[in-house]
Amino acid sequence: MATTSTRPAAAPEVPVRVVIPPGGWRADMRGIKVVWQRELIRFWRDKLRIVTSLLQPLIFLFVLGGGLAQIASGGTEGVDLRTFMFPGVLAMAVLFTAMFSAASVVWDREYGFLREMLVAPVRRGSIVLGKCFGGATVAAFQGVIVMALAPLVHVPYSVSMILEVLALQLLLAFMITAFGVMAAVQISQMQAFMALMQMVVMPLLFLSGALFPLTGLPHWLAVLNRLDPLTYAVNPIREAVFAHLSLTPAAQAALLPGITWFGWQVPIAVQVLVVVLCALAALEIAILKFRQA
Amino acid sequence: MTDRAVQVRGLVKRFGEVEAVRGIDLDVATGETFGFLGPNGAGKSTTISMLCTLLVPDGGSALVAGHDVARERDAVRRNIGLVFQDPTLDGYLTAEQNLRFHAELYGVPKAVVPARMQLVLEMVGLWERRRSLVQTFSGGMKRRLEIARGLLHAPRVLFLDEPTVGLDPQTRSSIWGYIEELKKAEDITIFLTTHYMDEAEHCDRIAIIDQGRVIALDTPEALKASVGKDRVQLQVDDTDAAIDALRAQFGLEATIAEGAVTVAVSAGEAFVPRVFAELGVPIRGVSVARPSLDDVFMSYTGTTIRDAEAPGGGGPDPMMRAMAGRR
Repeated sequence: MATTSTRPAAAPEVPVRVVIPPGGWRADMRGIKVVWQRELIRFWRDKLRIVTSLLQPLIFLFVLGGGLAQIASGGTEGVDLRTFMFPGVLAMAVLFTAMFSAASVVWDREYGFLREMLVAPVRRGSIVLGKCFGGATVAAFQGVIVMALAPLVHVPYSVSMILEVLALQLLLAFMITAFGVMAAVQISQMQAFMALMQMVVMPLLFLSGALFPLTGLPHWLAVLNRLDPLTYAVNPIREAVFAHLSLTPAAQAALLPGITWFGWQVPIAVQVLVVVLCALAALEIAILKFRQA
Repeated sequence: MTDRAVQVRGLVKRFGEVEAVRGIDLDVATGETFGFLGPNGAGKSTTISMLCTLLVPDGGSALVAGHDVARERDAVRRNIGLVFQDPTLDGYLTAEQNLRFHAELYGVPKAVVPARMQLVLEMVGLWERRRSLVQTFSGGMKRRLEIARGLLHAPRVLFLDEPTVGLDPQTRSSIWGYIEELKKAEDITIFLTTHYMDEAEHCDRIAIIDQGRVIALDTPEALKASVGKDRVQLQVDDTDAAIDALRAQFGLEATIAEGAVTVAVSAGEAFVPRVFAELGVPIRGVSVARPSLDDVFMSYTGTTIRDAEAPGGGGPDPMMRAMAGRR
């Protein structure tokens, strides 16, 4: 049974005295940090997950994008479809990884580790925040890997582009993790959570315009697109990438019409604000639900 | 107040219509090992969950390490260690990483973490395995690691919910070894639940709990003494003669149990020399048995702990239910 010894080793003469400091914001910061660290350690341990969550965006980009490039060439004004899809795939890479991070809440419950966190003398909110920061960090890491493929789809490297995209990816990943945690707190089975995520994430992804331009959409699709929070993350990422390409005005108009609300061209700052607000709302609900858990 | 690690008054918990804990009062002195003994579903885990701030009481009050479990949850949490029935370790982390996570979450000062970690890991014999992933550990090793983790932040009260359930006898006895060791090494109060009678014997005092109420609370010896008598069994060739002689000489009504003449007397050992000297019937052997906690449970509830668990025992463990969140 025991590999070393079944008898206890002799305890040292003087036990080590420990004085636990009282709670407060320091305790909460510690809580955030340690939960975040654990996410990173676990992500790094799980090499298979790193590979599988990269695989899906790559399949979309090179297999789907490559295959559709021929029939789509008429509508892309000479731009490679894969170049067009690239920003969408940058968002997608983040999306799947962040979703898996949120799933770890369900896993933690199943394997009991959640209890270890719930009885700790830190606020529940700091555990949720740690989870969301952890999800954002590992997702952004995946995003960087996909971003490294830029030259393969005729997008040159640029420091400002990379920084802009990375910031947007972090924000998007934070929002998705918060959404995921919000759902995961209320679901106790992994299969159920995964099914729900598939059911929600795929439509959100397709509706966001990650894979097709928002020009000339049927009215109902345009409405759904505007309601999809992902839209407001995908479009700024695309703007950031396309700003570094030399596109013809026709291509610009066809591929990057921007987002309009009842004919009003929504500024990028407002789009980012929409994502921030969605993220904060999801976070707030997640913390609330977590407190009751 | 300071000499009481746990003080409970009129504690009540309901789950819908069911009153799981129906007004419990008890005091646990600092440094005591206190056992909560009762069948599954008696309210042990529900009570311990309330003491650990995982469940909010519906009535009454409880102070743990001088803090109110309902109003000062964080203060209680800083002062208690917990070992649950079910594992709460992260299998993807090493033993060391699990402990580090815990140390940081509880704010154990960085300077003492390495020494403290070595102390608790050596105590449970897992120091050499500290770099191994927890998923490679056996059930017994995991439980030992949980005990180590529960002690890492030097809690004043350690709660052990069925610490040895599901473990093989050898591991069980070694876990009791750690607990005894621990009491010597640290000034700690241990509050544990068990439904194993033999384990309750390790406690300084025991509360017997049945159907949400404490029905008896005392030292194991006193509880057994309250049942009264020792059981003396005599091996004789002529059982009838022995029974007659016992009635004539000592005024005792003997029965035959397990093939031996059996009598209940208040001081079994003192009775043995007298029975040899005065019985007048040849005796081949004699045994004296103290009343067991089984006898105690039986005398208070009219049923054995095993029988008490049998009917309608299928309900979910309240601790698990509390943890599973609301659906």
